[in-house]
Amino acid sequence: MSGAAYFASFWLGKLSLKALPPSAIQWFGASLMILVPLGIALLLSVTHRWKWLYHEWLTTLDPKKIGVMYIIVALAMLLRGGADVALIKTQQALSAGSNAGILSASHFQQIVTAHGTIMIFFVAMGLMFGLINLLVPLQIGARDVAFPFLNATSFWLFFGGMVLVNISLILGDFAATGWLAYPPLSELHFSPTVGVDYWIWSLEIAGIGSLLAAINFLVTILKMRVKGMNFMKMPMFVWSVLGSMLLVAFAFPILTVTLTLLALDRDIGTHFFTATGGGNMMMYVNLIWAWGHPEVYILILPAFGVFSEVVSTFARKRLFGYPSMVWAIAAIVLLSFIVWLHHFFTMGAGSDVNAFFGIMTMVIAVPTGVKIFNWLFTLYRGRIRMASPLLWFIGFVVIFTIGGMAGVLMAVPPVDFQLHNSLFLVAHFHMMIVGGVVFADFAAITYWFPKIFGFKLNEKLGRLAFWLWLIGFLLSFVPLYILGFMGATRRLNHYSASLGWQQLFIVSAVGAAIIGMAVGVQILQFAVSIYQRKANRDKTGDPWDGRSLEWSTPSPVPFYSFAKTPQVSTRDAFWEAKKQKQTSTPQPYEDIVLTKNSPLALVIAGGALIFAFAVVWHIWWLAIVGLLIVIATIILRSMDEHTEYILSASEVERLDRAYLKAGGLSK
Amino acid sequence: MSANDTAKARDVSYDVLVSAHQPENVSLRGYVIGFIASIILTLSAYLLTRHGGMSKGVLVVLLSGLAFSQFIVQLIYFLHIGKEFAPRLKLMMLAFMLTVVIILVGGSLWIMNNLSHRMNMPSVQQMTNYMKSQDNL
Ligand code: HEM
Ligand SMILES: [Cu+2]
Repeated sequence: MSGAAYFASFWLGKLSLKALPPSAIQWFGASLMILVPLGIALLLSVTHRWKWLYHEWLTTLDPKKIGVMYIIVALAMLLRGGADVALIKTQQALSAGSNAGILSASHFQQIVTAHGTIMIFFVAMGLMFGLINLLVPLQIGARDVAFPFLNATSFWLFFGGMVLVNISLILGDFAATGWLAYPPLSELHFSPTVGVDYWIWSLEIAGIGSLLAAINFLVTILKMRVKGMNFMKMPMFVWSVLGSMLLVAFAFPILTVTLTLLALDRDIGTHFFTATGGGNMMMYVNLIWAWGHPEVYILILPAFGVFSEVVSTFARKRLFGYPSMVWAIAAIVLLSFIVWLHHFFTMGAGSDVNAFFGIMTMVIAVPTGVKIFNWLFTLYRGRIRMASPLLWFIGFVVIFTIGGMAGVLMAVPPVDFQLHNSLFLVAHFHMMIVGGVVFADFAAITYWFPKIFGFKLNEKLGRLAFWLWLIGFLLSFVPLYILGFMGATRRLNHYSASLGWQQLFIVSAVGAAIIGMAVGVQILQFAVSIYQRKANRDKTGDPWDGRSLEWSTPSPVPFYSFAKTPQVSTRDAFWEAKKQKQTSTPQPYEDIVLTKNSPLALVIAGGALIFAFAVVWHIWWLAIVGLLIVIATIILRSMDEHTEYILSASEVERLDRAYLKAGGLSK
Repeated sequence: MSANDTAKARDVSYDVLVSAHQPENVSLRGYVIGFIASIILTLSAYLLTRHGGMSKGVLVVLLSGLAFSQFIVQLIYFLHIGKEFAPRLKLMMLAFMLTVVIILVGGSLWIMNNLSHRMNMPSVQQMTNYMKSQDNL
């Protein structure tokens, strides 16, 4: 190697001008990734908002604000993942027979991989953690989470993973392997570019963030419930989060280790999953699904929790079968770990293995069904208000049940041999994740928006968005079931015209376009609601006649959450208090301990991002720098002995009275 | 209104606030012992595989033993199992963890053994030769 080449490879690793995007569409994506942050920065400068951003958001350790940031990032990523869909669906609608469509094969595969990765890790997980941050402390009557600094670190690691995925649009490429990057395709020999490395390292940082967040919320729920709230009095959302976080705590380490082993294969030449040298790629598939199946229930459990709250509020009835709901969650948590092989029935295991996992998979549908019936029984004879959160629930029941039955069908191994990796499977899991998780998140955003921001969202546009989503979604995914039966496989960038698939692909693309319109209406809904916020102001703090503790606070929730420690003696504590017109002896105000802001969480995640980027491009000196930043910052933070401050009782009283007066509340 | 603007907010010293919650029995010494023991156990696994020169069967037993010891070391020194009176919740967590570990390890062994038996898995050398003939690796 010449001196200059050696110099460049030391300082820049594999990075060079060749890393810039090759095609026009890719240039367009790259410019967006540069222009959007630039535009935001410009806007902040023009409006002199940098200081505000730093003090109110970037350094905050308040779970309510961290929750809002999670949701903003996730919604932004929903748009990015949606742009991927636009390309995928256009390609598939066009590329029959002699028409090659608009994308090259490798670019198409990268887009599909990015779509799946982003939607699961940065949209579904982001919305979920956002809601958990907003709601769990409030619902258990706590002012904070157990480890506020760790919580901010989790968020910024999630953010760092998101940034890394998007950097791949500008420098280098992304994995073209599918969202779970099976070897041997994802091994260095078959994927020599940095794409798979981007995938590995963004999931490593985001995944560690999730793991830390799970530990945090487990401790918060187990240790910080307000006095009087024993386990069987917790709101159902809190129960579902407890289940989901248990799954994260036990499943995410598997993901971290599996990705590390793949990275070792790629970077230092080990043979864990290679076809040669004694490796076994089926071990990767086995491990990734030992995480992957729990992961789908990690996403759906909090969604179940949201619907439990929504259904009982809008039926004005207590949740039907609370204990059976709890046992259903417990059963799902355990069974989630005993079904993973249903994702690779076709690998060639014996009928004993396949039969066992097939039956376990069918069994997991039972507790899920119990929950569906409980919600329906809650609605039965309730005093129902058809507000848009309940519409999302009804859409969910229809879609989720169809998708669930498709799942049970594929739980039969011989049937799965036909349907595996077909578009039928793609329809199944989109019905579960979009119809289940995403619909729940929309219901939750509509339902809790006034609590966080102090005004309701526009209901008319919300309903319109729901109907467009429902129609667009069915139009987009029902054809995929049919195409799956006709033999169309997933991630298909081109097919023969004689197969007669094109009409169905076109219908599906039209459905996706209608979903695009639905998202447009939702953006409009936010804009209109913000514009009309005075008219939609929630002065009561309890706009929906709610049941759990968060509705006992004024809207928007003050930074100290509860002026006085709430009192709980029953399930649906706030509802019972309202019914009994509780005029118990007025409690005195007390000093409140709160956590100070800190920029260090951001620094830790910044260090992790630098480390990950450097490893992707083999810039080893920079990787060491990144790692040192992380370690030094953790030590620095541990030395800080003044992380909290006290808000005096008299100050709490002054603020609380001001809030009550502004809201017209008379307590 | 942000937390930091609040004029009357007071700083609290760490000692006053946290010392009350600090569990006893947890010392720096324990963490250091656990850390060093974990590193030794991991390194010995690596060295045994690379330079041990023993038969496959013996190696599997030894590595499993090392993994299990590390499991115990971490439970004792990092998670402080057995240091305090175990309330029911902690016992349940421990039981759940053991269940999951047994399911995952046992299940993976069952699945992968079943697979290599049924696929009549070739030896490492045969497999490497085959792959080389398929694709100039
Ligand atoms: C009623 C319970 C369920 C059953 C019986 C079930 C069954 C199955 C089966 C058998 C497969 C593998 C099909 C194949 O690859 O050939 C599968 C895949 C999948 N399921 Fe489900 N499932 C259920 C619930 C869910 C839920 C609640 C979610 C998500 C929230 C979900 C998400 C997925 C995903 C993402 C995949 C495929 C991932 C991939 O291959 O990329 N499933 N399901
Ligand atoms: Cu599964």
